[in-house]
Amino acid sequence: MSRRAVITGVGVVAPGGIGTKAYWKLLSEGRTATRIITHFDASPYRSRMAGEADFDPVREGLTPQEIRRLDRAAQFAVVAGREAMADSGIEFDQLDPGRIGVSLGTAVGCTTSLEREFIVGSDRGKYWEVDQSYAVPHLYDYFTPSSMATELAWVVGAEGPVSVVSTGCTSGLDSVGYAAELIMEGSADVVVTGGTEAPLSPITVVCFDVIRASSTRNDDPTTACRPFDKTRDGLVLGEGCAIIVLEELEHARARGAHIYGEVAGFASRCNAYHMTGLHPEGIEMSDAINIALKQARSDATDVGYINAHGSGTKQNDLHETAAFKRSLGAHAYKTPVSGFKSMIGHSLGAIGSLEIVGSLLAFEQDLIPPTANLHEPDPECDLDYTPLVAREKKVNTVLTVGSGFGGFQSAMVLKKVEGAGW
Amino acid sequence: MTRAVVTGIGIASPNGLGPTAYWRATLHGEAAIKPITRFDSANYWAKIAGEVPGFEAGRHLQGRLLPQTDHMTRLTLVGTDWALRGAGVQPNDIPDTDIAVITAATAGGYEFGQRELQKLWHQGPEYVSAYQSFAWFYAVNTGQISIRHGTRGPGAVVVSEQAGGIDSIGHARRQLRKGVQLALTGGMDSSLCPWAWVAHQASGRLSRSNNPKRAYLPFDRDASGYVAGEGGAIMVLETPESAAGRPGTRIYGEIVGYASTFDSRMPSREPGLKRAAELALRDAGMDASEIDVVFADAAGIPELDKAEAEAIKGIFGPFGVPVTAPKTMTGRLFAGGGSLDVASAILSIYWSAIPPTVNVENPVPEYEIDLVMNEARHGKVKAALVLGRGKGGFNSAMVVREYR
Repeated sequence: MSRRAVITGVGVVAPGGIGTKAYWKLLSEGRTATRIITHFDASPYRSRMAGEADFDPVREGLTPQEIRRLDRAAQFAVVAGREAMADSGIEFDQLDPGRIGVSLGTAVGCTTSLEREFIVGSDRGKYWEVDQSYAVPHLYDYFTPSSMATELAWVVGAEGPVSVVSTGCTSGLDSVGYAAELIMEGSADVVVTGGTEAPLSPITVVCFDVIRASSTRNDDPTTACRPFDKTRDGLVLGEGCAIIVLEELEHARARGAHIYGEVAGFASRCNAYHMTGLHPEGIEMSDAINIALKQARSDATDVGYINAHGSGTKQNDLHETAAFKRSLGAHAYKTPVSGFKSMIGHSLGAIGSLEIVGSLLAFEQDLIPPTANLHEPDPECDLDYTPLVAREKKVNTVLTVGSGFGGFQSAMVLKKVEGAGW
Repeated sequence: MTRAVVTGIGIASPNGLGPTAYWRATLHGEAAIKPITRFDSANYWAKIAGEVPGFEAGRHLQGRLLPQTDHMTRLTLVGTDWALRGAGVQPNDIPDTDIAVITAATAGGYEFGQRELQKLWHQGPEYVSAYQSFAWFYAVNTGQISIRHGTRGPGAVVVSEQAGGIDSIGHARRQLRKGVQLALTGGMDSSLCPWAWVAHQASGRLSRSNNPKRAYLPFDRDASGYVAGEGGAIMVLETPESAAGRPGTRIYGEIVGYASTFDSRMPSREPGLKRAAELALRDAGMDASEIDVVFADAAGIPELDKAEAEAIKGIFGPFGVPVTAPKTMTGRLFAGGGSLDVASAILSIYWSAIPPTVNVENPVPEYEIDLVMNEARHGKVKAALVLGRGKGGFNSAMVVREYR
C-alpha cells in the first residue's frame, strides 16, 4: 500500500497580519499589504516598496536569547511552526522523534543579519579585511541557512531527516515536495515543512533594482504589484513564512486528524535557459505540471483552481500563461487563476508555502482569493485571472506553481482527501 | 528497486585536481593545509586553510562566465565538466529531461557577495553587479550546471552544512528512483574571503593551532578543532541501464544505502549519527560485517570525535573496522566535504586501497577505533560506510559498494 502525504496543520506569518486567520482575511477580501519600506531607509533605491510583516518577536513569545540568536526569517519559522504544530493537534512529544523530519525552504537565508554584521565588521564597506573583533557569536549560523532548519527542528523535537531546501524562489514549493517524498518513501511519518524569508535589507533590494525586475510605482505602493495587468512594471518584494505539518495519511486518520488536503503530485524542472530570464513558451513549467498531474492521477480537467506564480513581471505572466495552456489545453480557459503576490508581495523562498496554505484555505472555504490590482487585463494574458474579488467555487484539485532565478520551475497538485471530514 | 551507480567523478581538492591526481596524492598522504594565500590573514587568528592550488578558471570556462560567478561556482562547473567527460557522456546521449541536477551548498558565493556588499556600502547601489541577484545565492550551482549542459530534468539544492554533500547524493538517488536516467550531484564549497573567514572563526570550531601538521587532528588527544578548506566533488550518478547505453563506460561503484537523522537538543537523548549509519545499512540490506572501511566525519573536536567513535564502536565493536579521514589532508570542505568523502569511498573500492589519516599521532585509546594512520592500506574493499555531520545537529550516512 503506497504511502500518501497529507497536510494536517498550518501556521503563517505574513504581511497584513500574524497567523492563519489574519492571512485568510487578507486574501479572501482581496486587500493588499504592500507599502513603502519601513524596516530601513529605502530612499536611495529604485524600488522602495515591500510586503512587510508587522512582526513583534516579543509579542509572539520569543525569548530574549531566541531574539538575539535568530535571524528574522528563523524567528518567523519558529512562530509559524508553533502555530502549525498546535493546529495539527499532534502531541509531538508522544511520537517517536526519529520518525519526525523537517524540510525548510529559504532563498536567501539569513542575508539580513549577514548584511547588518557586514556593515559593522567592514565599517560600512571601508575595509576589505573585515574586523574579527566585531564578529557576533552567531555569525556562522547566519552564514549557512541550515541553522534555520536546526531551530525549527528543535521546536518540533525532530530527530529524523532534517534539511534546508534552497532553490531560490521555488524553495517554498520544493521544500514541501521534498517533505512529501520523505513521507512517501517511508523515511518519516511527520515532516514539519514550509518556507521562510525575511529578505528586506538593502543588498536584496538592490539585487532586484539592478536588473530592473522590481516595480518603481513608489507613489502607489498598495497597488504596485499587478500581475496579468497591462500596466504592471515588476515585482514587489515581501517577507513572510508558512509552516505546514505534513503527515502520512494513515497516521493522520488513525488519530482522527483534520486533513486540509493531500500533496498528491510534485515536480521540479530546470529550464536550462537563463539564470534570470524565462522563455515565453513555458515548456519546462508545463513539463513540471504534467508530471505533477500524472503523479496525482489527475486529469487536466480535474484542476479547479490554478494558484499562479504571478510575480508581476511581463515575462513571468506570458511564461506561465503559456505553460497553463500547454498543460491544460482548453480547460485552462475555464479554470480560475489567481496570484497572491499582488496582495503580499514576493517573499522569495517563503511564497511557495504561503501559496500552498492559501490554496488549502480556498478548499476549506470554497472561495478562491482574487488577483488584486488587476484592472486592465493584458490582452496577451487571456485566461480567467479572478480579478479583484474572491469567487465562490467548490474546488477539489488545486494546481500551484513557482518559477525562480536559476531556471527552477515547480508545480504541485493539492487534492482534497475523501472521507476526511469534508 | 532502481540502482544508482557512479560513472564519473569530478574533483577539485586542495591536494589534487581530478580523480587521478587526487587519488594519487591522497593515497600518499599528501597534505595540502597551508598558510592562507587568497587574502591577507595577518589580522585573523586562524591563518591556515586547504586551498585548491593551480585552478585557473579562465582556462576551463568561457570568459563571459567569469564576471557572473563566484570561485565556488567555477570549481563546480569545471568539476561537472570533468565528471561528465569521465563518464563519457556526450550531449544528446541522454534526453535532456532525463538528467537531474542536485547539489549541496553551505554558504553560497560568499567572496562574490562580500565584493558586492562592499560596493553597495562604500560606493553606492549603482555599483552593485547585475549578477549579484544569483551569483551568491545557495541555488546558483544547480542553475548554472543546468544551463551549461542544457539539462531540463529535476533540479534541487540541499543545505545541511557538511552533511549536505551526502544528502545531495541521497536526493539524486531518489530522482533516479523517480525515473530520471542520470543525475549530476555533489557539492563544491569555497569561502576563502575575509568576511567568510570571520564567520568561520565565529563558529568556535576552527583549530587554535596554526601549525599545518598539528592543527587538525581528529580522534587525537590533541584535537582542538578543524581547518577549513575549499573544493569538493561532483559525480555522475546514473542507472546501470543508462550506463550500459554507452558501451565501455566505467562503473566506479554503487550507492546502496543512505539515511539522515538529527540530534536532539536534549542532552539526555543519544546523538543521531549511529542511527543514521544503522538506517543506511538497513537501506542497503547489509550487515555491518560487510563494511570494509568507514570514512569518518572526523570533526577534530574532542566531544564530537568521542561521539563518532562511540557510534562506530557501537556498530562494529572495538577496533571492528578500519576508520579513515583523508580530510586531514584537505581540511573540512563543508558541502564539498561530504561529497568528496563519498568520492573517496568509491575510489577506495575501485582501486582496492584505503587512504590514510595524516598527522594524527596519539589517537585517544578509549575511542577503540582502528584508525588508518600514516600509510594507506592496500587490499580489496568491497563496501564502505561514509559518515557526515553538519553543525546544528545534522547526521548523514551513505553506504557504497562495488558494482556487481
